[in-house]
Amino acid sequence: MSDEFKIEIVNPEKSFLSKEDVNEVVVPAFEGEMGILKDHISIISFLKPGIVTIQAKSGEEKYYVEDGIIEFKNNTLSILTSYILNLKDIEKNKLQELLKNAEEESNKPEISDQLKYLADQKVETLKSIN
Amino acid sequence: MASLDDLKKRITSVKSTQKITKAMKMVAAAKLKRAQDSAEKGRPYSEKMNNIILNLSSGISDKETAPKLLSGSGKEQIHLCVVMTSDRGLCGGFNANIIKKAKSYFTKLNKEGKELKIITVGSKGNDQLKRVYGNKIIDNISFKNSKNANYFDAEKVGKIIIEKFHKEEFDICTIFYNQFKNVITQIPQAQQIIPLNTKSDDQNNSEDNYEFEPDEDEILSNLLPKNISTQIFKAMLENSASEQGARMSAMDNATRNAGEMVDKLTIEYNRSRQAAITKELIEIISGAESL
Repeated sequence: MSDEFKIEIVNPEKSFLSKEDVNEVVVPAFEGEMGILKDHISIISFLKPGIVTIQAKSGEEKYYVEDGIIEFKNNTLSILTSYILNLKDIEKNKLQELLKNAEEESNKPEISDQLKYLADQKVETLKSIN
Repeated sequence: MASLDDLKKRITSVKSTQKITKAMKMVAAAKLKRAQDSAEKGRPYSEKMNNIILNLSSGISDKETAPKLLSGSGKEQIHLCVVMTSDRGLCGGFNANIIKKAKSYFTKLNKEGKELKIITVGSKGNDQLKRVYGNKIIDNISFKNSKNANYFDAEKVGKIIIEKFHKEEFDICTIFYNQFKNVITQIPQAQQIIPLNTKSDDQNNSEDNYEFEPDEDEILSNLLPKNISTQIFKAMLENSASEQGARMSAMDNATRNAGEMVDKLTIEYNRSRQAAITKELIEIISGAESL
């Protein structure tokens, strides 16, 4: 028996990725990292900035996301995100730029607690990629 | 009757107009392909988003505590209308159709005694609406500088709308845009985005039992602002495909009309040329006869 399920990542511009042979996905859910395997209960959650790791038959892939919503249902995982980058293709300058923006945001004085938390997460994740 | 010279000038001028419209048609056709592609690619996102929200809102038991973006402010007095048009003209009835739809809605609101506020997206709509509804327009957003519709622009508009909602500047928000059906048909749409209309199709989500993490309310309050940006982005994509489609068919018509006009003018030109020759001949012959 196979324990593979389907994943779909879409962003507003296009359908970003679609795979049928996924064994495990680890997503940075808002309340902590969450691993999803086949036959997981139907779930809806949203993401904080972090790394999505996809373990597939064809290999492991990592993506950086800034936000998103995930829905798991009938062994299909849908991830909706407005900003996603494949870690493999990410360029150093781009990374630096993102990091700088994120740091600026988290240092703003009038920012709300939730936004501050998200911005800090972003900084941390980006630093860890570096 | 115009002289031969005048006719000749008119023929050349019509011909050069035809050249321009033909070029515009081809440019529009190329852009249409791209706009259509991105409109189609953008659909899964907004559809999924909609599904998730429908699932979520059916899971909410207590409508009273639901986020305001979903349940509304409890009033229906102030209407905000976001009219989305293009920044450029020469696209047939594209802008006029949206404006017409919006205006009939405005009149309806007026009759019901509701208060009206307008945000225009795209400069053409602003130009047309400010004559009659100038004092109602509270904001005008234009993306002349961005080449294609992109999500960040949509997010900007979304943020403005949400901010105004939280300040309780309006109760109900409706967006107006053209839905792209095919090159010749674009359907002007009025879509209510605040409060969200969740009644549209509730047959497919009743038996799903979802686990929510964190709870429904928190997810919803995070998701709903995103949904507004997404809906606006969808409208922008549909609009840009419609705009190019409308421009293409308008320019196609213009090219054809110019062709017909050239034909007509050429016939007239030839006829008057021949008339002149005949006249000269008659003059020569009668001159010879009288001798």
